[in-house]
Amino acid sequence: MMIWVNQIVQGILLGGYYAVIACGLSFMFSVMRIINLAHGSLAIVAAFGLYVLADQFGFDPFGALIIVLPAMGVIGWVLQRTILERSQRGGMLVPILSTFGLSIVIDNLLFEHFGADTRSLAPYIDELSWDSWQLTDDISIGKLAAITFVTAVLILGGLQLFLTRTQLGRAIRATAEDPDTVGLIGINARRVNAAAAAIAMLTVGVAGAFLGMRATFDPYAGGPQLIFAFEAAVIGGAGSLWGTLIGGIVLGVAQSIGAQINPQGFLITGHVVFLVVLLARLHVDEIGTRFRKTMRRSA
Amino acid sequence: MSLDQTIRIERWTPLSRAAILIAALVLVLLAAGPLLFSNNAIDKLTTLFIYVMLAVCWNALAGYGGLVSVGQQAFFGLGAYAAVRLADAGLSVYPALVIAAVLVAIVSLPISAFMLRLKGGEFAIGMWVVAALCHLLVNLDSLVQGETGTSLIALNAYEADTRHALTYWVALGSMTAILAILFALLRSRVGSAIQAIRDNEEAAASVGVRVMSTKRIIFVFAAFGAALAGALWLATAITFQPKTYFGVQWTAYMIFMVLVGGLGTFEGAILGAVIFFVIEAWFGASGVWYLVGLGATALVFALFLPRGLWGWLERRYDLALLPLGYRVTIGGQPPSRERTPQGGPAAPAPTGNAG
Amino acid sequence: MSLLEIRNLDVRHGLLQAVRDLSLSVEKGETIALVGANGAGKTTLLRTIAGAHMPAGGSVVFNGIDITTIPAYRRVGLGVALVPEGRRLFGQMSVEENLVLARSAGRRGDWTVERVLEAFPNLKPRRHAKAGNLSGGEQQATAIGRALMTNPEVLILDEVSLGLSPLAVDRVYASLQSLIGGGTTIILVEQDLRRAMRVADRIVCMLEGRIVLEGKRGEISREQVSEAYFGLGTDKGRVHA
Repeated sequence: MMIWVNQIVQGILLGGYYAVIACGLSFMFSVMRIINLAHGSLAIVAAFGLYVLADQFGFDPFGALIIVLPAMGVIGWVLQRTILERSQRGGMLVPILSTFGLSIVIDNLLFEHFGADTRSLAPYIDELSWDSWQLTDDISIGKLAAITFVTAVLILGGLQLFLTRTQLGRAIRATAEDPDTVGLIGINARRVNAAAAAIAMLTVGVAGAFLGMRATFDPYAGGPQLIFAFEAAVIGGAGSLWGTLIGGIVLGVAQSIGAQINPQGFLITGHVVFLVVLLARLHVDEIGTRFRKTMRRSA
Repeated sequence: MSLDQTIRIERWTPLSRAAILIAALVLVLLAAGPLLFSNNAIDKLTTLFIYVMLAVCWNALAGYGGLVSVGQQAFFGLGAYAAVRLADAGLSVYPALVIAAVLVAIVSLPISAFMLRLKGGEFAIGMWVVAALCHLLVNLDSLVQGETGTSLIALNAYEADTRHALTYWVALGSMTAILAILFALLRSRVGSAIQAIRDNEEAAASVGVRVMSTKRIIFVFAAFGAALAGALWLATAITFQPKTYFGVQWTAYMIFMVLVGGLGTFEGAILGAVIFFVIEAWFGASGVWYLVGLGATALVFALFLPRGLWGWLERRYDLALLPLGYRVTIGGQPPSRERTPQGGPAAPAPTGNAG
Repeated sequence: MSLLEIRNLDVRHGLLQAVRDLSLSVEKGETIALVGANGAGKTTLLRTIAGAHMPAGGSVVFNGIDITTIPAYRRVGLGVALVPEGRRLFGQMSVEENLVLARSAGRRGDWTVERVLEAFPNLKPRRHAKAGNLSGGEQQATAIGRALMTNPEVLILDEVSLGLSPLAVDRVYASLQSLIGGGTTIILVEQDLRRAMRVADRIVCMLEGRIVLEGKRGEISREQVSEAYFGLGTDKGRVHA
């Protein structure tokens, strides 16, 4: 029995990581209506950046974020101004195709440079990678997992405050709602979108850091991370900030329970739960639409 | 404009008649291939036919249906897996390849039921999730033994020359069938429905186009084609390792072929497959840089030439090889042209989110 | 020198030419009412002045600066503010947030949230309500307030009273009257001719993309405007009043 409780606790903590990687995807979708298929690959870029700084220059991975996060912000800004902005004008298909093309370029450039070896940041954070608090005989909470979860809550809370309390945050919300009108009140929509992309990439940088510390990564690890981010975002309701935390937790718990059932079950259960939630949501939407139609007819 | 000019609406032009005739001649010539070429050349051509099928089917989905999927490897892998299973159950190998594709097409129906409710990028990644799940489930099969894989041992019953020739003919036949089915689909009522949906889904629905069933036809067709291609790939490679069949690189190839050739143009997908085939022969050995080049080319085409080489040629020279639309001729001059499934922009109406 | 100088302006929507070779100058402190039937090109003209449409030809000079190719958001910084047709508020955001957003242009001036609420007292209790949940009159007041928050030198209002109850229209005009008294330059589109002729210093009537009649208040009659409104010689009936 306690094994299951432990799996659920671990799943919830894992959900913190998924929330971190999902919130940037969700944020970009809600502001620019773009699903960035290079999202996972960019997290891997950040992880490799931290790896190089730790391995070659002796940086502490947390300290190295001071360099990597601004770099990710710049990448986000440049990405928006060079690729995304142009692809948005091309209709619905072009952003998908261009960001997918970009992910292939990134993955293979990483492979070209770093080879097929899997890497990890764990050796550079010493005891933090395995230290834990023992709650009961069967349940322990890893310190890194706890830090990740708390960071997820801080990032989501910080984004929420940023969007409601700052002028740039309000401009981002306004641009998301009506990009054609913001110009009429003096807001440069292009710059706002570039800033939003930069912010999204900051969260991707943090996600890359936690991925690298928690597990291993290799040049082709971007695809699976994109899938996890997408699943968490969709389960939580695309575009909703706190929803990504719930989505992340649901995904994490499903995976860790699945892993307990069968060694292969980790990924399978995650995907199945995602599809079931998706199906249920579409079903509920349909019932809702039908209900509204009936109401209108009877009114 | 004077009134005595005659206005004619025509489907068949002399050029399109010639194109169909030449295509038929080429197919007849290709059918004699095993009698003319070496086994090596036969294998290369078989690969080309498989690429053409992949490109044409992905183009049907994205270019005509407006559905970008990055998970078509799901059906490619399932097609190969089903063939392995059917052959293991004692079915004769070559019929098994085709039956496997039919089975996968049947499986794709329930998948379409809810994947098609997703839009844009959600559909794209949703299909990727489906592919990842199919991969994991196939790995559970004891016959496959996880990533170790298995092989199509039944093929050993054939002598090498016969095997190459048979696989070649089945691949040629399959490609011809796929092309013929799509050609017929596009010329039927479904073809106009597809065009209407791609240009504006809501407007199409409001004038009575059955959006869901039309999209489902394309989805199942694309799944069938990808599965057939996967089964044929198995027949050429013999070994079945899930990782190679369910890899996302297949989608990368499909996107490359269609974007370079011409998204939403019938001829373009074929052209793209040929280009990809040639590029692979030249640069395939350069490994990673080759893949970087493919990704970068796809990116550049998506941004700067979204209708691909054929789309550009078509507009530049007013070309229309295949009789897929109607041409309006006024007084012998063709001033405007409306090709049913191919006119109009490659993408649905912009979302007005240009920022 | 005029505050706003429009010369030989041509604006197209695809193949359709909405504004044809139009010239107009607006003096500082003037209130101009733009009238004309639907499709006469009024909205297109206003949106082109604000930078939401780019003209095919001609020029727009504001305060001596050629702003013809300057994007909309920078024109706001120079002092041009448009209240667009249909209000176009950010419906998910509160009234106050809509107002505060308009400070982005960074123009100095004495408009504050408090002053807007003084000018439109009906907004006071709605300060924290979502703009999407407001009544039509409240939305129009918020939209005008939002434009004022950019401290404009010229305020452009498209379809001031469209979709509003007569009472709400009175209230909006009462607030506008104080702006006009305060010397703000205003260009407005008003379907109600009587009201247009009461509030404006000058009436400009458009037909098929051109100015067909232009005159100071008191120098032209309602009948003249009505005739120009439909094109001369038509007998389609009375002007909406």
